[in-house]
Amino acid sequence: MSPSLDKNERKKSGRPLLLVNARIVDPATKRDERGGILVENGLIADVGAQVTRQNAPAEAEIVDCGGHVLIPGLVDMRVQLREPGEEHQETIATGSFAAAAGGVTSMVCLPNTHPIIDDVSGVEYIARRARETKRAKIYCYGALTRGLNGRDLVEMGMLSEFGALGFTDALNAVADAQVMRRALYYARTFDLLIVQHPEEPTLAAGGAMNNGELATRIGLPGIPPCAEVMMIERDLHLVRMSGARYHVAHVSTAAAVEAIRLAKQEGLRVTCDTAPPYFSLNENEIGDYRTFAKLSPPLRGESDRRAIAAAVAEGIIDCIASDHAPHDVESKRVPFVQAAAGIVGLETLLPVSLELYHKGSLTLLDLLKCLTSRPAEILGLPQGRLAKGAPADMVLIDLDKPRRIDVASFKSKSKNSPYDGRPVQGAVLQTFVDGRLVFAAGGEG
Amino acid sequence: MSADIRTPNPFFPHRHLLGIEGLSAAEIERLLDLSNRYADMTKDDATARALLRGRTVMNVFFENSTRTQTSFELAAKRLGADVTNMSVGTSSIKKGETLLDTAMTLNAMRPDVMIVRHPDSGAINLLSQKVDGAVINAGDGRHEHPTQALLDALTIRRRLGKLQGLLVAICGDILHSRVARSNIHLLTKMGARVRVIAPTTLLPSNIDRMGVEVFTDMRKGLKDVDIVMMLRLQLERMQGAYVPSVREYFHFFGLDYEKLSVAKPNALIMHPGPMNRGVEIDSEVADDINRSVIREQVEMGVAVRMACLDALTRGIVGQNR
Repeated sequence: MSPSLDKNERKKSGRPLLLVNARIVDPATKRDERGGILVENGLIADVGAQVTRQNAPAEAEIVDCGGHVLIPGLVDMRVQLREPGEEHQETIATGSFAAAAGGVTSMVCLPNTHPIIDDVSGVEYIARRARETKRAKIYCYGALTRGLNGRDLVEMGMLSEFGALGFTDALNAVADAQVMRRALYYARTFDLLIVQHPEEPTLAAGGAMNNGELATRIGLPGIPPCAEVMMIERDLHLVRMSGARYHVAHVSTAAAVEAIRLAKQEGLRVTCDTAPPYFSLNENEIGDYRTFAKLSPPLRGESDRRAIAAAVAEGIIDCIASDHAPHDVESKRVPFVQAAAGIVGLETLLPVSLELYHKGSLTLLDLLKCLTSRPAEILGLPQGRLAKGAPADMVLIDLDKPRRIDVASFKSKSKNSPYDGRPVQGAVLQTFVDGRLVFAAGGEG
Repeated sequence: MSADIRTPNPFFPHRHLLGIEGLSAAEIERLLDLSNRYADMTKDDATARALLRGRTVMNVFFENSTRTQTSFELAAKRLGADVTNMSVGTSSIKKGETLLDTAMTLNAMRPDVMIVRHPDSGAINLLSQKVDGAVINAGDGRHEHPTQALLDALTIRRRLGKLQGLLVAICGDILHSRVARSNIHLLTKMGARVRVIAPTTLLPSNIDRMGVEVFTDMRKGLKDVDIVMMLRLQLERMQGAYVPSVREYFHFFGLDYEKLSVAKPNALIMHPGPMNRGVEIDSEVADDINRSVIREQVEMGVAVRMACLDALTRGIVGQNR
């Protein structure tokens, strides 16, 4: 289970790699055909039906895909890896292993570590640890305000030069409208992305779950669903004024979807993502105070869940992110009000998202777009596509394989998932980063 | 050190008493019948005294309470149990780990019954999963307080002979009240009609889905009711947060003879205590010996808790039984 790869595997990257006999599905190029991919120097040198075993370069290492589906590595725009500071819950190494096992080849971590990523050295630290841990490409957002204090802007321009892909106060909404206004205006200077946790904090204060009948019955303080759209609508006015790029994280309500739909129609530079729990689970999952079903934003009612699934299918929601939030047992085995919010998501992102495809809500190409090319595009990354010249980040999946999610097999250090035992279809067979094999089902480690 | 063996307990087929919500009408009826027998017993009934001899009952209160804790303590002692009291101030349990750590520690002393109160909803459900003995919920957050609902029902039954068909108004801070939730479950299961009356800030969302009628006007909500249950309004909630002032609250929602005049002529007045006289209830009304059954509720509390302890321990077969 050593997270770092052995030397043999690294050496292999020097040879051309040829994947043949695959069904190549790539949303960026709208390709869905039988064929192969040739990888040279970590980049895709050729892709398509013409790439076969017969025209392989002499020294190439050949992988027969057995007719399985080859897709771009997933680009997960919202994870928490807990390093630095909370390595007992997750590390960049264990998180990368979980990513590779889940078919995620690129991920962006939130700045709410200890210390908080609000200066150049923090961004550099993540970049260095990412270089050392080669199982996945790891990026970070910078904090939007220093120490996440909600008041003083960070050095956005410089952090961006050092690799921060956007700016966010992570789990905190930027509550102060004036601060948000200035953040958006300043970000516009360098055309940077601002990511918001959409929740009006004064309305959500003290809440532990979605407001409504269930909260009333089990006596938990509720967070009204409108807390989400209130924050989004406030921000949209500021986005209109500033012209900045604004991304709404983990949308969970029908009202928020409608607000974003209108903003997009208007032409505002607005994008958004959701996470699998918001289209696959509803508040009833909490049942008898199950803390694994405590999330932020909270799981909503069934009508909101349906609206989120529909918005993904319709394309109003741009991306699906795992919102990976590892928590140790002690953070969850407490009374519900005190429990930490969030679930581990890297290893369930793909199979739970595939439910939408298997149910017929949308095509495989459209679903994969939300997981690969669209987030890459928003983040300004060259990967997330199976096209000539792109980094060879690829995942081979068994699209239809029936199985049950088994939390005990997770590579993540934390096991806080509400999906344990859930029947799903689809499994990752092999994951490649820059043409290097970083995960193989059955023979990993 | 052999562990006690549990046997099927047809009288009360639950390991714990965590709330009214999971109980059937027949089970509630049986508990009330048993409570009624205890209510008529003398304090030193020899048969009762032998019932829990050698058994250990622990009161574990993570939230301050004098009356409930004392009531449980007396109930256990009247059944001959060894009783320990442990008050864990809320300040010392900032972290939830302490709840389960405390539970494990106490569990190692092998109590037969743990009686637990906690400020967080669901905390006692959590704790009950980690201990070997029976657990009685003595109040968790705003979730449930089953023995209070049972003692209220017993008080009503002894006065009016039944619960079926009665019209009951529960008035005041419904939002934060576990007493209200347990009473709503119990009364609706037993065929009573329940109204809740409160300012909208103190009404939880979708409370009507629990099978109650909702009123915001005492004069309308109290019309023709058989029972008026008042709830305590905590001081910190009536100084601007949920209610603008005590004066305004009493004016619109405090129970006085004028508002009571629309209820049935002999409507009973109940309060789980402790009362804020002049806030939710007028002193005169509270002390009206013809209508107020507030003291009787306290008395029935001991009988109900004896019945609950009796019922739960029937499933335990140890060397002492």
